[in-house]
Amino acid sequence: MSSTTSRPAFLAYLSQYWREWAITGAAMVLALLLGAILMVVADPEVSANFAYLFTAPQLALGGAWAKVAGAYSALVAGAVGSPEALAHTSAKAAPLICAGLGVGLGFRAGLFNIGAQGQAIMGSIVAAYIGFTFQLPYGLHLLVAIIGGVAAGALWGGVVGWLKAKTGAHEVIVTIMMNYIAAGLLAWLLTTAAFMRPGRMDPISPEVQPTSALPGIYQQFHLGFLVAILAAAAVWWLLERSTTGFAIRAVGLNPNAAATAGMSVAATTTITMTFAGALAGLAGVQAALGPSANGVPVPLTVGLVGTVGFDAITVALLGRSRPLGIVLAGLLFGGLSAGGLAMQSVAQTPLTLTMVLQALVVLFVAAPALVQTLVPILKERKSKKVAMAGGEA
Amino acid sequence: MTAQHDAGLQLREITKKFGTFVANDAVSLDVQPGEIHCLLGENGAGKSTLMNVLYGLLQPDGGQIILDGEELHVENPRQAMAAGIGMVHQHFMLVEVFTVAENLILGREGGPVLNLEKARAKVTELAGRYNLPVDPDARIEDLPVGIQQRVEILKALANDAKYLVFDEPTAVLTPQEIDELMIVMQKLRDDGKGIVFITHKLREVRAIADRITVLRRGKIVGSAEPGTSESELAELMVGRAVDLRIAKPEAKVGQIRLSVKGLTVANPAGAVVVDGLDFEVASGEILCIAGVQGNGQSELADALLGNAQVTSGTVTLDGVDVTHSNPRQTIAAGLGFVPEDRQHDGYVANFTVAENLVLNRFTTQPFSKGLALDLKAIADNATDLVERYDIRTESITKLASQLSGGNAQKLVLARELSRDLALLVASQPTRGVDVGAIEFLHKRIVAERDTGAAVVIVSTELEEVEALADRVLVMYRGKAVGIVSPETPRDVLGLMMAGVPYEEALANSKAAATGKDN
Repeated sequence: MSSTTSRPAFLAYLSQYWREWAITGAAMVLALLLGAILMVVADPEVSANFAYLFTAPQLALGGAWAKVAGAYSALVAGAVGSPEALAHTSAKAAPLICAGLGVGLGFRAGLFNIGAQGQAIMGSIVAAYIGFTFQLPYGLHLLVAIIGGVAAGALWGGVVGWLKAKTGAHEVIVTIMMNYIAAGLLAWLLTTAAFMRPGRMDPISPEVQPTSALPGIYQQFHLGFLVAILAAAAVWWLLERSTTGFAIRAVGLNPNAAATAGMSVAATTTITMTFAGALAGLAGVQAALGPSANGVPVPLTVGLVGTVGFDAITVALLGRSRPLGIVLAGLLFGGLSAGGLAMQSVAQTPLTLTMVLQALVVLFVAAPALVQTLVPILKERKSKKVAMAGGEA
Repeated sequence: MTAQHDAGLQLREITKKFGTFVANDAVSLDVQPGEIHCLLGENGAGKSTLMNVLYGLLQPDGGQIILDGEELHVENPRQAMAAGIGMVHQHFMLVEVFTVAENLILGREGGPVLNLEKARAKVTELAGRYNLPVDPDARIEDLPVGIQQRVEILKALANDAKYLVFDEPTAVLTPQEIDELMIVMQKLRDDGKGIVFITHKLREVRAIADRITVLRRGKIVGSAEPGTSESELAELMVGRAVDLRIAKPEAKVGQIRLSVKGLTVANPAGAVVVDGLDFEVASGEILCIAGVQGNGQSELADALLGNAQVTSGTVTLDGVDVTHSNPRQTIAAGLGFVPEDRQHDGYVANFTVAENLVLNRFTTQPFSKGLALDLKAIADNATDLVERYDIRTESITKLASQLSGGNAQKLVLARELSRDLALLVASQPTRGVDVGAIEFLHKRIVAERDTGAAVVIVSTELEEVEALADRVLVMYRGKAVGIVSPETPRDVLGLMMAGVPYEEALANSKAAATGKDN
């Protein structure tokens, strides 16, 4: 009856680990399948052929296959198909990893940091301002710009932590509001003399000095990506090896027990939000100082950071708030983003499909029970149904 | 035990597994109308699992339930209730802001229009029939715990339950309320109800059981007659002989270490919950704070830790004023603290055993070097404490959530006692802990006293108070009713726990004793 009683513990651990990966993999496959269906449905030419599904199936299915295969091969080629594609992916991934770390760190302390967007915007404002205003030598200029941007993000996040610690204001609401304030601040700054490009009336800043740009290594693969990996390693050390991280994790898992053991929940909250803001600020720095396709950084505009702060939430969720997971999730989403552009130009599939794919992947990962229902092999072995039936007979 | 009866509720060979853990291994139990069947067992023996199977909260992996000769399939509590099985839960399933009558019709509204008048009549009728007086319009949150339990019983009776399961019903009651409950249970039995009474308190079993079945590690290990002695029952339960009362050497009282003067504490809502408390505890003595749950003991303990809002008064530890210190400071000043609710406040369930064992010391030597944790020192500390305190775990890297209740409590005590303490404050140190582990934990606490620490134990269990205390402070509604010797008779302590001053309680209990004699 109990043949598996003495199953070694590490095997159980391994199988648990394997299952998590398998669920993530299955989520991706399911997302791609649904994406394929969407592609077929959304293309009137291809979907029209389904009217002849029974009379001329080769027309409908062949057309659908060609459509899907073409789009996905363009997606893969654009993400990892060539050195240029890989460089493009790394450039897209770098800010996602940084902001994802910021959101993930918050999760570990039990905080839902929705404010990565605002923190990234603040980081981009200060980094770009230092970049186009100051005249400093190579190296130093970049360093000052990075520190400035990171500090701005830290301040923007730290305020939220401080408010929560002092007044109990909920971080979700405060960060959402801080996002609006940051976005509004940027829009206003771009109308001021300090930020407007001489000779232009539209809200765009001057280009940053070459001395402050993140140096490219190969095409768009630039120093910022290495900085993001270093940041991930630092967050890992912070969480797993430092006393501060111990407190962050304890407060995140059981704030009552942490407080009873003498930890300050208020201080930990403030510290965590400061670090989280700094990491999201670093994402803004990447957006402001990282080279674009033409080799120079994009000047500051209202849309410069895009939706990196919101994408970061999905990255952190997919990466399960662990630094390595966030790096991998950031690379995946970076790849989808880079490949999506290729898919759009080569296979005439709208870029928005990649957003749907990202959303579907996260949706499936967030609902493991759903994936397990769709792919029953991933189910955890529970008490034997057979034994129950036998007992009742 | 396996005799075939037409009437009665039978559980036959119930098996329930959680993964590879067998919580119930072919357990058979039956109860006849008009009897009280005690199910006795340590925490984790599988009593609650068995009853949850019966009540439809868990599905068994094997076995069957027979009700009055017919097989019964229960998939949810609603079906169990419909079949005439009622459950009085340890944690009441009542909506606190609803009235008694509203709670009674909860889940049986029977249509879109509430018929409160009918519910009220039903309460009065049932209360009269079973002699369980309760005001149908009283709000649950305004009622004492004993009356709330009465409402739970009425709820079960309102379903025309023929079989009632009482799951550890006495844990939250005063000794007097326990006596009243016993009378109610006897009345229900005489009325023809079949009662399963789950408990791990030996005294209650002896007082009321018609039959006793003992469960250990998921298996029936025997049955006993009501006359069986407490130590024999304990041996059956634990599987070895146990000291119910540990040998405690005389206290060697030294100088005063903890001094509390006029301490007043408000709860977050602003209500005064500890009201002008004065007491002192010396080195080498154990002061037990006795009282029914919810009379300010928890807040007193929190105030000593520095986790409550002290509105006036002072707390002095070794001559230093710690009234407004925070937990970090009081812990640094030599306070060891065992919280009342260990899962909530005592450890982090998703931390490893090793991490939990340094939960309040990870920033100090030798567990940290600068900003970094010293993982080796943390692991060494865990290996040492796991062995010394006999914490049963597969490894120190297992999560604390995988420990049993008794082992989790050992983990908390091991962490607190492994430091040099000036003061140990332990609330309900053995709640939900096996009889065997209680013995061990009590010995450790007395050993800590004998190293010269001042010890404050908050306990609602009179057995524990009698076993540990050198002096007993009885609390009622935030005030000290009195400080008495642990030899004070049980009924006097019981009256004091209901707010009666010592002299009066003593006189009352003497009068009652003479009354019985006549």
